[in-house]
Amino acid sequence: MTINETQDELISDFELFDDWESKYEYIIDLGKQFPPLQEQYKTEENIIKGCQSKVWLNAYMDGDLLKFEADSDAIIVRGLVSMLVKVLSGHTPEEIASANLYFMEKIGLHQHLAQTRSNGLLSMLKQMKAYGFAYQGRTVNSES
Amino acid sequence: MSNNLDITAIRNDFPILEEIVNGKQLVYFDNAATTQKPKVVLDAISGYYEHYNANIHRGIHQLAEKATAAFEDSRKRLQQFLNAPSFEEIIFTYGTTDGINLVAQTYGRKFLKEGDEVIISAMEHHSNIVPWQMLCEEKGCILKVIPINDDGELLMDEYEALLTERTKFVSVVHVSNSLGTINPVKEIIRKAHEVGAKVLLDGAQASSHLSIDVQDLDCDFYSLSLHKIYGPTGMGILFGKKELLNAMPPYRGGGEMIKEVTFEKTTYNELPYKFEAGTPNIADVIAAKYALDYVDTLGKPNIAAYENSLLEYATQAVMEIEGLKIIGKAKEKVSVLSFVIDGIHHQDTGVLLDQQGIAVRTGHHCTQPLMRRFNITGTTRASFAVYNTTAEIDRLIQGLHKVKKMLG
Repeated sequence: MTINETQDELISDFELFDDWESKYEYIIDLGKQFPPLQEQYKTEENIIKGCQSKVWLNAYMDGDLLKFEADSDAIIVRGLVSMLVKVLSGHTPEEIASANLYFMEKIGLHQHLAQTRSNGLLSMLKQMKAYGFAYQGRTVNSES
Repeated sequence: MSNNLDITAIRNDFPILEEIVNGKQLVYFDNAATTQKPKVVLDAISGYYEHYNANIHRGIHQLAEKATAAFEDSRKRLQQFLNAPSFEEIIFTYGTTDGINLVAQTYGRKFLKEGDEVIISAMEHHSNIVPWQMLCEEKGCILKVIPINDDGELLMDEYEALLTERTKFVSVVHVSNSLGTINPVKEIIRKAHEVGAKVLLDGAQASSHLSIDVQDLDCDFYSLSLHKIYGPTGMGILFGKKELLNAMPPYRGGGEMIKEVTFEKTTYNELPYKFEAGTPNIADVIAAKYALDYVDTLGKPNIAAYENSLLEYATQAVMEIEGLKIIGKAKEKVSVLSFVIDGIHHQDTGVLLDQQGIAVRTGHHCTQPLMRRFNITGTTRASFAVYNTTAEIDRLIQGLHKVKKMLG
């Protein structure tokens, strides 16, 4: 599935919800189901500091695909993080670097990207793209 | 709830309270961050720009005279608000932080030397930590910290033990923004003076709740922000004792703060203008007077009594939330209710309350060392002002039940 197909799928998932509660319950569920990042990757280097919640992001190349794993200490941010990982992970660095992310706005969650100081989401997104730029043209077979 | 105030009428003075947030009527419980502004303040700001916007002190025309008179009226009003002996002791600043930096960078740099000690407390806002760290780093001074107990009260015995002849400056918060604790500042000042140290009080939180009398307190400096007292953002005042302000070098150079400038030498203006370089925030300074008049019309003791009743009501009400723990249980506190809930991140609480139209503050409240003292990363903080109601607190409680249900 392309990055945009995943985005469109998420948008249609969220169209099922007509009130904020079911929307946030779904995000909380996504957060609960998202596999936790192994402790060894919760390093200072992988931390993206928000003012209130922490986000960890680990990136590695698998063949010619760039993959992401992530975590957060707040559950709603964890759910949002899981969506960003779902959309971007497992694509080529070129695709990730040039991706145009519109699903957060369509779902009506863009305020979470705007509040850069209160969660690390926007910084995380920038970091994911930075990995995309950095890994362009590289093929690695082991986790970095 | 019995009180001398007509809360419905007061609410009508604050247009923003009618706002709809996420489909619900706004409940604003972030008053410790900034209070909302009554219409008289809004009108004063637009009235200035509509009718007498002019630069002050130097203009010869009528608008300039009117603006200057209103600006200086505000200074006198603030002098009265703090019961300062002279208008020359009221310096306009950008806010509390700016005032603290002014003192650290002028008094501190001139009078503190290597090996001197500065005392702050464990509950300081970053704005009353970092300026002193910067000073201590530059001058080789030592920063000491008064510890607190588990209720969030200063350990006064420990404070006394810290005071020595090396103590040159004590800078403490009058009322804690994270905990609501009212500190025994009069005693702190008296003890500091016994060893010859000067004292600054960070009055950012205190000034909206307590009556402040700088002569009775005998503090050397008092810094506050007007936006926490129903006034405009971007302005505050620093009170300083005249003999100290006179002995201090200017802070910023520029227009207004000079007497005469030649390329060889500049002589400085007198107090308070020596510390007010450049065109000040005229509109907001003028509007500040209207905020203080508004507070006085309601009566500070009435406001304090009503806010205390809201705090008591809320403190009782949150007890029914399972797993909720209040952070900050000082015997003397203002209407700030900070809490954590077992197993729930404060940010998740804040996001879900916001969805219900309830504005609270979550996080470390710019007091990271204090959060570490309690071994937490942050709290959810509801802080109450005169326009809040018990019905709004009921909505907070319902909101918290929903948060628990959704995250449980």
